[in-house]
Amino acid sequence: MKRSLLALSCVLMLTVGLVVFGGEKKAEASAKTILLGVAGAHSGDLASYGLPSLEAAKLVVKAVNDAGGINGAQVVISSQDDQCKPEFATNAAFKLVSDEVTVVLGHICSGATKAALPIYKESNLVCMSPSATNPPLTQSGDYPNFFRTIASDDAQAALATDFAIDTLGLKKIAVIHDKGDYGKGFADFAKLYIEKSGKAEVVLFEGVTPGAVDYSAVVQKIKASGADSVIFGGYHPEASKIVSQIRKKKITIPFISDDGVKAQKFINVAGEASEGVYATGPRDITGNPMYKVALDQYKATHDGEPGAFFFEAYSATQALLKALERADSTDYEKIVYALRNQEVDTPVGKIKFDSKGDAIGVGFSMYQVKDGAYQEVK
Amino acid sequence: MDYFLELFFSGLTRGSIYALIALGYTMVYGIIELINFAHGEVYMIGAFVGLTVAGVLTSFGFPATSIMVMASMAAVVYAAAYGYTLEKIAYRPLRSAPRLSPLISAIGMSIFLQNYVMLSQTSDFLSFPKLTPEFDFLEKYSSTIGSSDFLIITVAAFVMIVLSLFIKFTRMGKAMRATAQNRKMAMLVGVNVDQVISATFVIGSSLAAVGGVLIASHIGQINFFIGFIAGIKAFTAAVLGGIGSIPGAVLGGLILGWTESFCTGYVSSDYEDVFAFALLVIILIFRPSGLLGKAPVQKV
Repeated sequence: MKRSLLALSCVLMLTVGLVVFGGEKKAEASAKTILLGVAGAHSGDLASYGLPSLEAAKLVVKAVNDAGGINGAQVVISSQDDQCKPEFATNAAFKLVSDEVTVVLGHICSGATKAALPIYKESNLVCMSPSATNPPLTQSGDYPNFFRTIASDDAQAALATDFAIDTLGLKKIAVIHDKGDYGKGFADFAKLYIEKSGKAEVVLFEGVTPGAVDYSAVVQKIKASGADSVIFGGYHPEASKIVSQIRKKKITIPFISDDGVKAQKFINVAGEASEGVYATGPRDITGNPMYKVALDQYKATHDGEPGAFFFEAYSATQALLKALERADSTDYEKIVYALRNQEVDTPVGKIKFDSKGDAIGVGFSMYQVKDGAYQEVK
Repeated sequence: MDYFLELFFSGLTRGSIYALIALGYTMVYGIIELINFAHGEVYMIGAFVGLTVAGVLTSFGFPATSIMVMASMAAVVYAAAYGYTLEKIAYRPLRSAPRLSPLISAIGMSIFLQNYVMLSQTSDFLSFPKLTPEFDFLEKYSSTIGSSDFLIITVAAFVMIVLSLFIKFTRMGKAMRATAQNRKMAMLVGVNVDQVISATFVIGSSLAAVGGVLIASHIGQINFFIGFIAGIKAFTAAVLGGIGSIPGAVLGGLILGWTESFCTGYVSSDYEDVFAFALLVIILIFRPSGLLGKAPVQKV
């Protein structure tokens, strides 16, 4: 409580300072340069998630500056390290606000993003994350200044249930999960959407213990519940055990799961039992023209493959800079209007943002195992 | 009724595996009062050896049944060697040390073996071939009990019967019982105690290896960490039945297997472990030495 009061008072002080002293300076600065804030884990154990975003931002900024900048103004990056820790994220956010950045790319982790967002909101700063997937960040409606170029966790569950109910026409679904944050989160959303749809029911909702020697009792239970399909939230080791034991009992109902299972490893381990299993996974973006451009830019200056969320960050930076160009000002309302109404061509596809801040057109596809490999279900 | 039977057999399969591994814990404890926490890792190593042998033999085109037999035999030999060496390097030098030292050494060996297998093999899950001969029971029972469940139950029962006959009637078995009763006295009447202890480790490790190959073939996958959870469950089974008692380990394993299976079936698998360990606590409150364990006699 004390801490949030302190944070609030700091914000108030800073915003007052901006109004009194900042007005003139800001107008002058924006004529020549545009400051792009990049916040995320640039050190610490999660740096491998944050550094590729910084790299992507640098590449986009370089390309934009080489092409003459945004309406004549050069873009400069101001980067802040938050180590994916909420307490550092607030510091980073204050620093960016006091540096008077125009827009912010980041943060990387959902927890850090959540801590920083109120500060940006107070200062009317647009913030766009390439990687924070926690659903309430956009869906709660608390942060109209927040956007992201990655689909949220619940989008997978929505896709899986829609597919089960509408495409496969299933009525009685057993929802199983591994009791973990990711698996149970997916299963909770799946249950919620099934119940909301009114067209199917959840006949069994249970967690299994990861690493247990045997899942046959749960399999008996699935059988006894009369389920016509199984939706599983979790990772591939448990999924392959469960699906093998289901098939061994000669139960042939569809098995639908998440991107924790959409891995070649699952097929290798589960073998024949994996045939026909459905799993959601990120949409294939390698066919997008911008994907190749971004990859070539990366390869020209670096060895190896770009890291985690590189393409999402590349897309986010492009979307932000394009919106600045179209808004032709640093006015918050105009930037938000541009983001929501005008499409940008990025590596993750042609995107614009919905009223909550999620990118339209980014998301998951359904895949099915056929002849020992995942193939997209069209 | 069908549902009940299915859960009954599912619990029996699980319980047989727990019992096979628990025998190793209980025998070692019975003889030198040490809880060998590296026992679960011996089970895991058995499964890995089984996988390697099965992989080689499959490429030569042997039939599944003979692969199963040879893989189990290789696993037994390897695991026995591990058990023997483990005792020699990690426990024997500490035999006259305070009781806590060999226990810490056991935990150390457990962590060492896990990491050793992880680094030398892989941390990923590996697919284990189905080596059980596939056959169907009568249509009515085919969904109640599968061929691999049947194999696990019969092998476990056979091994346990052989083990109890061995302990009852052979010279080594007698020496084991004598050592368990009083090590110093056994030594005085000419029992080679070192040999007996080594034999105990070898037998316990072999049983765990058989369990490792059977369960790996049943569920079709292994990784370096499977020994940890199976070990904890088997240890619980041994304590439940009364650590140090061989029939107790079997009983404890079966009770644990059934508890888990029926809880999953009639309550929820969310609470599988909750019920298993709650049962352990309740039994230990009323029978501190386990179901078939003897209360320790205070020596003065």
